[in-house]
Amino acid sequence: MAAHPGGLTAAAAVQIRDLHRSFTDDRPVLSGLDLTIAPGEFVALLGRSGSGKSTLLRALAGLDRVAKDGNSKDGDASGSGDVTVPEQVSVVFQDSRLLPWQRVLRNVVLGLQGPGALRRGKEALAEVGLAGRERAWPRELSGGEQQRVALARSLVREPELLLADEPFGALDALTRIKMHGLLRALHERHRPAVLLVTHDVDEAIVLADRVLVLEGGVVKTERRIDLDGTRDPSDPRFAAVRTELLAALGLAGGAEIKENP
Amino acid sequence: MTDLKAATARPVVVPPVDDEELAAGRASRPRGRRRLGPGRPIRLGFLIGPLLLLGVWIWGSAAGWIDPRVLTAPWTVAATAWDLWESGRLGPDLLVSARRFALGLAFGVAAGLVLALVSGLSRWGEAIVDGPVQIKRSIPNLALLPLLLLWFGIDERMKIITIALGVLIPIYIHTHNGLRSIDGRYAELAETLRLRPAAFVGRVVLPGALPGFLLGMRFAVTSSWLSLVVVEQVNATSGIGYMMLLAGTYGQTDVIIVGLVLYALLGLASDSIVRLVQRRALSWRRTLED
Repeated sequence: MAAHPGGLTAAAAVQIRDLHRSFTDDRPVLSGLDLTIAPGEFVALLGRSGSGKSTLLRALAGLDRVAKDGNSKDGDASGSGDVTVPEQVSVVFQDSRLLPWQRVLRNVVLGLQGPGALRRGKEALAEVGLAGRERAWPRELSGGEQQRVALARSLVREPELLLADEPFGALDALTRIKMHGLLRALHERHRPAVLLVTHDVDEAIVLADRVLVLEGGVVKTERRIDLDGTRDPSDPRFAAVRTELLAALGLAGGAEIKENP
Repeated sequence: MTDLKAATARPVVVPPVDDEELAAGRASRPRGRRRLGPGRPIRLGFLIGPLLLLGVWIWGSAAGWIDPRVLTAPWTVAATAWDLWESGRLGPDLLVSARRFALGLAFGVAAGLVLALVSGLSRWGEAIVDGPVQIKRSIPNLALLPLLLLWFGIDERMKIITIALGVLIPIYIHTHNGLRSIDGRYAELAETLRLRPAAFVGRVVLPGALPGFLLGMRFAVTSSWLSLVVVEQVNATSGIGYMMLLAGTYGQTDVIIVGLVLYALLGLASDSIVRLVQRRALSWRRTLED
């Protein structure tokens, strides 16, 4: 992994230069954002509601349909800027977004081609701890299990970049902790570059190599997380990072986060 | 908590409350409170209403409340049906009617489905297709019949086209509606998974529109029988409708009733088949229906 992400531009997984995005009301959401993510790097993106986290992620996923000329084809966003992303990009949404009319395995291999698709799908399900649930309907799974299927669906495509938009936001605290462990393990094994949008500061510190705070349409604060081994929220160094990031989010003294629901 | 329990020292007969009740695996519903929703499905429940109707008919005829000249008694109708069958008059007519029904339904469903897909998947398709279908919707088949007669003559082709035109409308309306109500987030997902258009239609659009299509199918089946009655009573020389028309001329109430009962039975049977398919094909859903 690159120690200085800015220095390895040729090998970067994500390269964003001077990204502008605004919606129909002409309020700029992103105004000249620069970002480089190295291959295999885990980046977490924090920011208040409306700071443009999801807008950035949608721009990377190519979901905002902003064409090269800056005009939107049929979306409501417009803007400019250079975005370079790898060939294989996977997205995990806040809702698991499983097709309710397809069984779990069919959801995982949706759109995959080739003879080994089903086998790879099964392996991916086993990897997220859902072996044996291939023939279940999505509604028969718990929220955490559904989100694990969504993870399997992303990883079976061997992405070079994984975009995750508050993937654990709708889960309860216990499930969320388990999912953190799972995501870390999967990242270790597959090494995709990850951009995780979250509103949970602890989640960002536990998971990421680098945490960015978005404000005013640009990356205002950048913090490399150099805590080694298991990242324990009760560790004083962990607490120091948390205080720093909360301050960057405009909450002095590491107060409770109520700003960002 | 334990102290409190010990202090209460409740007798065994008092029903436990709340979570204890759940833990004990007893009825989690306090007495007197009904569950919302229609409750569990009744086995063969769809037959109860029609059987009740039949019961009233039998009882009314047996007690002499129903004049046989107005409504023939059920046993007379059964006897007449048997006679008609024995004499070889009913069989061929039934076959002809069934064939018209099936062909009209098949062509109508295919056309409605294709039009719904064209109109549902592209704005241009909608601009071209939707208007004419809505116009057809407001013109009853009966009003179209003279024109169809002039165009296609009085042969089988005209009858099947008339039936298909009636079937097409509910299939189109409900499939189109089902298709357009598919959550837009699934289209977004398909984009991120780089689903090819064919896979998008096959995996997302068609299964997503299936509930709507099957609802349209229930209307379509009924509509097919209705159109059949119309075409068989206007210009036909065979079929159940023709048989009834003839019976009307000779005042044979019992034969008319045989025809009506046949239509009713066939309608009920085909609707039940669609419902069965509905239950099977939509087992992924969990609705008040289940």
